[in-house]
Amino acid sequence: MSIRDQACVTGIGETRYTRETTRSQAELTFEAALAAIADAGLEPKDIDGVVPYVMGGVIAEDFITNFGLPDLRYSALTPMGGASSVAALQNAALAVAGGLANHVLITLGRGALSTGRITDRIGQMPQFRVVGEFEMPMGTVAPAQFYAPMARRHMELYGTTSAQLGEIAVTFRKHARLHDNAMMQKPMTLADHQASRMIADPLRLYDCCLESAGAAAVVISRADRARDLRQPPIYIGGVAEGHPDSPSTITQRPDICRIGLAKAAPKAFAMAGVTHKDIDVAEIYDCFTYIVLCQLEDMGFCAKGEGGAFVQGGRIALGGELPVNTHGGLLSQAHIAGMNHIVELTRQLRGQAGARQVADAEVGLVTGYGDLGDGSIAIMHR
Amino acid sequence: MNAPTYDKPQPDISAVSRPFWDGLREHRLLLQACARCHTVRHYPRPVCDRCYSMDCEWIAGSGRGTVHSWTVNHHPFHFAFKRESPFITLTVDLEEGVRMQAPLRDADASQLKIGMAVKLMYEDMTPELTLPAFRRAL
Repeated sequence: MSIRDQACVTGIGETRYTRETTRSQAELTFEAALAAIADAGLEPKDIDGVVPYVMGGVIAEDFITNFGLPDLRYSALTPMGGASSVAALQNAALAVAGGLANHVLITLGRGALSTGRITDRIGQMPQFRVVGEFEMPMGTVAPAQFYAPMARRHMELYGTTSAQLGEIAVTFRKHARLHDNAMMQKPMTLADHQASRMIADPLRLYDCCLESAGAAAVVISRADRARDLRQPPIYIGGVAEGHPDSPSTITQRPDICRIGLAKAAPKAFAMAGVTHKDIDVAEIYDCFTYIVLCQLEDMGFCAKGEGGAFVQGGRIALGGELPVNTHGGLLSQAHIAGMNHIVELTRQLRGQAGARQVADAEVGLVTGYGDLGDGSIAIMHR
Repeated sequence: MNAPTYDKPQPDISAVSRPFWDGLREHRLLLQACARCHTVRHYPRPVCDRCYSMDCEWIAGSGRGTVHSWTVNHHPFHFAFKRESPFITLTVDLEEGVRMQAPLRDADASQLKIGMAVKLMYEDMTPELTLPAFRRAL
């Protein structure tokens, strides 16, 4: 049995994305959730499954209370950090395909600086327990520092350059400037990227994602329920999650230039029955520029070591062979932990992306990346 | 006068990892190995992922290794590391087949290469806590 094409994204919703907020994560989450439910043409009472974000400040019970849900019969968590959103698609697709629910709501809200800096937050996350004991005491305390040695080794082995990473940041900024709900509207040149201060060598400031406040939500419906709803259904053709070897510490990982997505991607492509050439648009989790390059390789769009050359020459820009992060991504739209990537892929496949629309986008993919290397991927089509 | 307080993050040491930290305090590198199949594992954990034995022994590591990768930390993220920034953190392949992460004290980034030989040293931070660091092996 395959769950290919048995579940659809039927509703999407977002708040405005900002640097700080006076609103709670719960308020932001409910606003995005209500928008997604309305977008689908559903009523809150139609929701019978919920997969909230582990760190999102809400639990499934909060939706019963606030939305008056009469019979919530499915709830789950996908605690995979930034891979959670796309892993939740897998979870929700299974739930609706298996008949456990008809319409599953997936939510993700973040309070950014209003709920503490990233370095404070990760200290409480179980995926950081091992490095908390053996690496943080020596000064490796933030994601940029954990991932920098992956990028450095890639550069040493394959000749990847900072300017190639910069091409990713500059491309996503161009895309963000076509989106009225993207935080970063100031133009960025490659020279700006190269002049940005070093954070954890080789990662510069403009290689690092934003911290944002806001929320996004999607509704996943069983395919036979999706066809009569308000929006054209966007089918989940293939979906998978993958965990790297030594998931809790990069230091001990046999190949530090390879992440969990390398295991997940072939399964998702096989389930969807498509090849790389079929992908019209890709929304790739971009906590750091290097992580985008690494995922392009680990998904097989190019060989290991060729990512630097792959991202050059406009290939990943709108109008290029594989437009990536048409909304600006975590680097330039907002850090909504990749739920904003799912929303954008849905818009692209519906043909609702306005100035950012990839012409005739029929098939696309979205990935998630979670500390310290978890991966998730969904291949979707209209 | 009070002694200055130690303001960096400290390890939350468990019963499983205690011998490793006790070893560092005595300026010895103790690595966990499986008591049945003798596979060395790091960081310390309860089960051997090769033979599933939960019995372990502790072996003395040589402290010799080679550079696997590195970063230069310019932005300290934690206030207590501000005074030493920028500083280099190495990922090192130890001779025993496991890796270790620790700062490099006696070289700048332009001298670094994958495969460069390094030697472990010990930095006493408090009477209870000694942390690893590396220097170039000459």
